Parts: sequence; C-alpha cells; structure tokens
Amino acid sequence: MKPDLFEAPDYYNLDDLLTEEHKLVRTAARDWVKRDVSPIIEEAAQKAEFPKKIIKGLAEIGAFGPYIPEEYGGAGLDQISYGLIMQEIERGDSGVRSTASVQSSLVMYPIYKFGSEAQRKKFLPKLASGEFIGCFGLTEPDHGSNPGGMVTNFKNKGDHYLLNGAKMWISNAPFADVAVVWAKDESGRIHGLLVERGMEGFSTPTTHNKWSLRASATGELIFDNVKIPKENLLPNKSGLGAPLMCLDSARFGIAWGAIGAAMDCYDTALRYAKERHQFGKPIGAFQLQQKKLAEMITEITKAQLLAWRLGSLRNEDKATSSQISMAKRNNVEMALKIARESRQILGGMGITGEYSIMRHMMNLESVVTYEGTHDIHLLITGMDITGLNAFK
Amino acid sequence: MKILVCISHVPDTTSKINFTDNDTKFDTNGVQFVINPNDEFGLTRAMWFKEKQGATVDIINVGGPETEPTLRKALAIGADSAIRINTEALDGYQVAKELSAVAKEGNYDLIIAGRESIDYNGGMVPGMLANLIGASFVNTCISLEVDGETATAIREIDGGKETVSAKLPLVIGGQKGLVEESDLRIPNMRGIMMARKKPLEVKEPQGAEIETKAVSFEKPAPKGEVKLVSPDNLDELINLLHNEAKVI
Repeated sequence: MKPDLFEAPDYYNLDDLLTEEHKLVRTAARDWVKRDVSPIIEEAAQKAEFPKKIIKGLAEIGAFGPYIPEEYGGAGLDQISYGLIMQEIERGDSGVRSTASVQSSLVMYPIYKFGSEAQRKKFLPKLASGEFIGCFGLTEPDHGSNPGGMVTNFKNKGDHYLLNGAKMWISNAPFADVAVVWAKDESGRIHGLLVERGMEGFSTPTTHNKWSLRASATGELIFDNVKIPKENLLPNKSGLGAPLMCLDSARFGIAWGAIGAAMDCYDTALRYAKERHQFGKPIGAFQLQQKKLAEMITEITKAQLLAWRLGSLRNEDKATSSQISMAKRNNVEMALKIARESRQILGGMGITGEYSIMRHMMNLESVVTYEGTHDIHLLITGMDITGLNAFK
Repeated sequence: MKILVCISHVPDTTSKINFTDNDTKFDTNGVQFVINPNDEFGLTRAMWFKEKQGATVDIINVGGPETEPTLRKALAIGADSAIRINTEALDGYQVAKELSAVAKEGNYDLIIAGRESIDYNGGMVPGMLANLIGASFVNTCISLEVDGETATAIREIDGGKETVSAKLPLVIGGQKGLVEESDLRIPNMRGIMMARKKPLEVKEPQGAEIETKAVSFEKPAPKGEVKLVSPDNLDELINLLHNEAKVI
C-alpha cells in the first residue's frame, strides 16, 4: 500500500462553518487514521479480518458515543463532531466506520435514550472505552426493508423473558459482548432487549465470503430459548419507532462517512491524474479526465453542505427522518459514483490493493444497501413530499 | 520543574504557498495551520518531564486570536495552561522580547523552543530569548535530561554530536531527536475535553520595537525543462554546457 498522502478537499471553505473544537476533533481523527488505520487496512481487508487492535484507538479518538454525555463515558460533543469523526474514519475504511457507527448509534444511543439508569451505568462507560463491543439486531433473514414483519419474539415467563428467533447481516456480531435486539412481545409489540454474550442458547456465527466491508466482522444472531433477565429489557420506548430512531442517528453518521470515502477516492485520482503521463502530458490535462475530477469535487462540495446543514438541524433537534434519508441516499450514491469514476482514472492500477479506491467501491456497495436501501430512502422522500405511501 | 514551551503557529507542510499585496504578505486563504514541528518535538519531550518528573508545562505563543486553535491542540496533548501574547509576530527580536517578559515573570526552569519555525525559518528567537532573560542556551538540541538544577543536552554539530551540561534556567532550541516522530501524540478525546477547561490567558504585548521588515517574498523559480543527451554524444553535452548553460 502506498503511503497515505491524503489532503482533504474544501472547495467552498466550509471549514469556516466549523468551530475550533470541530476542527480539533477532526484533525485528531484524521491524524489517527493516517497513523493507525491506513498502514494496516488493506491487508486486513484482503485477509477479511477485523483489525481488533484499533479498537482502543477508536475509543481514544472518541469514535464510540461522541455525543453521549460525559457522565456515561461519552465525550458530550455535538452532532457535527460525530459526523466529522465518521467522515474521517470512513476516509480510512467504511468497515471500520461501520464498527464505530454501530457502537455509537445502534448500541450506545438506544441504551442511553431508552435504557434504565442501571443499564446506562452498566454498559455505556465500557462501550465508550471499547472494553465492550456492541451490535444491533433488527434485520432478519426474511425481513430486511420491512422490519415490522419480524418474527423474533419473546415470552414472559414470570421472572425472565424467553427469546427465540434469528437476526442477519449484523455488524460486529461475531465478537460483540452485548447485542441490542429488537423482538416482538406476545401482543406483537416491538421492544429492545440487551442480550449478553454467554447467555445460554445465544450464538453469533460469522458471515463468510463477503466482497464488501471485508475489514469488518459481520454475522448472525441466533436465539434458541435464550433466558433474558427482566432488567435487560429497554424500558423507556417500544414500537418500531424506537429502532428507527437509532437508524436515524446511524444514517446521519453514514451521510458524513460516505463523504470521507469519496474524498479519499477523489484525492487519490486527482494526484494520480497529475502524475501519470500519457501521450506526452499528464492525463489530468485531458478533458475527459478533467470532467470526471471537476464533477467529483462539485458533488463532494454539495454533499459536504448537505451534511453540515443536517448536522446543524440535528444539533437543534429539528432534523426529520426524511431529511436524514435524503442525505444518506444522496451522499452514498455520490461516493459510489466517485469511487467508480476514480477507479477509471487510475486505469489498471485502480483495481490493485496499492490504492484504496477499489476497497472503497466494494465497501460502498454495502453502505448503499444497509441502514435503509437506496430505493427505500427514495420512497421515504416520495412519501414525505406526496403524502402517499408507495411501500406496499 | 516549571517548563515553558514556545509554540509557533505555522502552515502545514503540505500547504500551497502564495503571497498577496504585491508579494509582501503570506496568503493564508485555505491554509491549514499546525504546531511548528520543531516545537512539537519539544512539547512532546515536555510531556515526558511532566509525566516522569512531575513538571508543569505552560505553552506560549505570540500571535492573534487565529493562533488559539494551535494552542488548544497543545493543551489537548497535555500542556497545563496557555498564554497568548496578543500581537502579530513580525520579527525575531520582537517575538523574543515579548516572550522574555512572560518568561521572567513566570520564573521558568526550562524554556523549550524549536530550533526554528518552518514558516520564516528565522532561527533567532531562542538565542535572543536566552540572552534577554540571562539563561543558558543550547541550540539544535537533540536530547535533553534534567537532574536537579543541571541539564544535560546533546546538540547536533557538523558531522557529530556534542554533549553539554548546563545550569538551569536553560533555553533550548529543540528539534527532531528530542523525541522521534513516532513519539508525537495525537490528542485523544479525553485530552480534547480537558483542554476546554484549561486556562488560555491573553496578555497584551509590551510593545517591543520591530527592528526588521520583510520587503517582499519570492517563490523559487519553476524548474526549467530538462534536456537529455545520449551518452554517445558527449560533444553535444559539452556544446550545451558551454553555449547554453554557460557553465564551462
């Protein structure tokens, strides 16, 4: 792998919209990715191994629950800081960002928002420090875009609940210490349960042979008559709205993260286009390559503005789920297109592990599908503007 | 031990350098600023003294409010408090003079500055500062130990190294070697959160006289075209060196 020479594009001087602390948080994350992620990530992806040694570093730069209050081990930062951290981590690799997103938005966030004080105290500090890794179980083998149809369920057995069912495509599952699992009670209402590693009947087989997010561990969650202590039910919210709130937070992080992947591809392609000579001049001097690069920086700049505005709205608690859907959908598609165009600029070199582009491209094929598919997010926007439901 | 680390706020080494106002002013538009690398080696060594020998570490900069993010980063790395002398740094003597007022008042045992800042590369401030406060001075310092009232420093000299013993108070002009690049620290989230609450005092300048003035700046000329001459055609090479390059 080539040395990481990344220089972040900021075509519209958007740094002027950030606070001193935003920039400090971003610089720390950026420097950490350059030092600890870039040198090892290609090999991890090639070998399809999650690099566990970076968990401590992720915790140190505040990637686990940056917006969780300090009393629970978080950093008490705002939403834009969270976005910037996700951007910088995904600049390194979407798989590593996925681990951090899941921990922050899908595990720490629901425990903080919907959990009891005892649950917060028991889990949040350990999740913030990376001592515990968490995962989130919503999607099932037969219920992806339609999570409300889930069959995983639990029964009240007096002094405990009995959980049965299975979840699929779960990031961090193979080594997670705790899973936030969404399941139906006997009346069909969805609740969140904290399932801990070691509980009898709970297993987490690894999903093998992925061509995407290879540096992140994915697995299943299988519940075979798992006895769940009653104090492990998240008490403060139930219904499908609860997991969807978690997804809003995670999708917001993805909208920023995708910018990171796009910036890395653009930066690589721009440098290559200025250095690679054909027909006696740099390929960047040819109109077809300039068109690609000019369109990339235009799209990145638009995506940065979208993410920044969405972050400001979230800081004021005014962002709607539909607005988050639009940003997730737009920015991931933008990144995917830029990865493909960048790969073309690099020609044959673009397919090798010497450069990060093809890894980003393969990762983004997952990102465009998970946390609400590209198509579903379009229908969310469609329903929001027409008032008409086109899901079913 | 009381340590003061002088921190210059300089353009990142990857910045594109341009000048404005008829080549008299550096164009800061779009430029990222960082802790001067020579100062960062010193700051990291100061952290070692803090952690192993219980030193306190203050940091100081002469500059406008735009330099505060750089100071805040040094606080996030672990310095205890920051001082900013609120005036534009225009010449080495002015900066040394402004620093000396704070250095005297603070009774520091050790003042660590970078050998030079990587923007204007003056390299004068640490020596002038030592003289103004009557302290010992070791320049181009690549190793520093302190035992009681005595410091042992190693400095780089032409083709070798010199080990120097000096009484405190001491000013050093530090560089790589005080610590290595792999020892440099990235502020962690805990550090960033603590830095929010650490004092950053703004002091008004003494009004030191400015003795020199930059008249204009010039960038290196772009590289000329390269002519390749075949090894079989030495006559052509001699002809070009004689008639075109006019060097023989």
